[in-house]
Amino acid sequence: MTEIENRNPDPLTKNVVLMTAVDDIINATRANSVWPLTFGLACCAIEMMATGAAKYDLDRFGSGPFRGTPRQSDLMVVAGTVTHKMAPRVKRLYDQMPEPKYVIAMGGCVIRGGPYVKHGYHVVKGVDLVIPVDVYIPGCPPRPEALLEGIFKVQKLMKREKILDRTRRTTKPEVYQPV
Amino acid sequence: MARLEIGQIIAVLKEKLPEAVSEEVLDGVDPVIVVKAEQWAAVAELCRDDSRLGFDLLSCITGVDYPEREEGAEIEVIYNLDSTANLHELTVKVKLPRSDPRVASVEGTWATADWHERETYDLVGVIFEGHHNLVRILCADDWVGHPLRKDYEPPDSFHGIKNVIY
Repeated sequence: MTEIENRNPDPLTKNVVLMTAVDDIINATRANSVWPLTFGLACCAIEMMATGAAKYDLDRFGSGPFRGTPRQSDLMVVAGTVTHKMAPRVKRLYDQMPEPKYVIAMGGCVIRGGPYVKHGYHVVKGVDLVIPVDVYIPGCPPRPEALLEGIFKVQKLMKREKILDRTRRTTKPEVYQPV
Repeated sequence: MARLEIGQIIAVLKEKLPEAVSEEVLDGVDPVIVVKAEQWAAVAELCRDDSRLGFDLLSCITGVDYPEREEGAEIEVIYNLDSTANLHELTVKVKLPRSDPRVASVEGTWATADWHERETYDLVGVIFEGHHNLVRILCADDWVGHPLRKDYEPPDSFHGIKNVIY
């Protein structure tokens, strides 16, 4: 028993409960009910809609109810070119989401400005200059299969959460690698 | 009314406003007339109200910066007019000085000019006199400069977000 007590860092629950099984259960429910925010900025959003629609059917994988408010969402798919005018709005939506929250950067524009990287005076050169990003999906736009793979990556990250951990776990982004 | 050829359109304009048309370029894909900036508001009213012309639709307003041109005519504002009744069209250009590009707003003549003039103001910096709300429409409200001017330099950062990556 002593080993487990030492591993629990939270003074409130130290010596009181064993959290491992609880983590697994909460993470399983969380990872199998990912609620993305209804939020599209440009053409990548069309692929995001296709992913949610009948042919690719995101609901098969325990995600898909696109929520109309950031307060009910745990995943933000930044789909489309982020302009300097839009950046503060993206930041505000991100700030309104409850923890733990995840961000997918979908498409070349969101990752590093895409075709606008040199002459696009109005484009933010990567949304990770504004909000932290967990998974990057390259493509212009990425195919729905790529977005599905990105959501699987997010589900993997969700399964690593610990409820006693009050800080954000995933500071280092995972990069989606096309096979 | 009937569809008019470009020569007839110019004849109607010259009949009412003999001094307005300063230049005619008729050999291109779209025949173009250049109108003096101070006469443009009157020409616009005439284009819309004369039943032989009947230009009831303003399709587009474009601003172009030509810094290499002679002084006083570096900035060009292009109006594409269409007539849904007579099925003819007309391209009108107004040439303005780069130092102080000012032209009368035609928002009162064609309501669609409202947003088009705001866009031309935002990107090229043309001042449309008499517009009721001449503020930026595409760039952020506190953006500096007019991005489609040829000598425009984008900012290194905007509100703390770095804008240069390479």
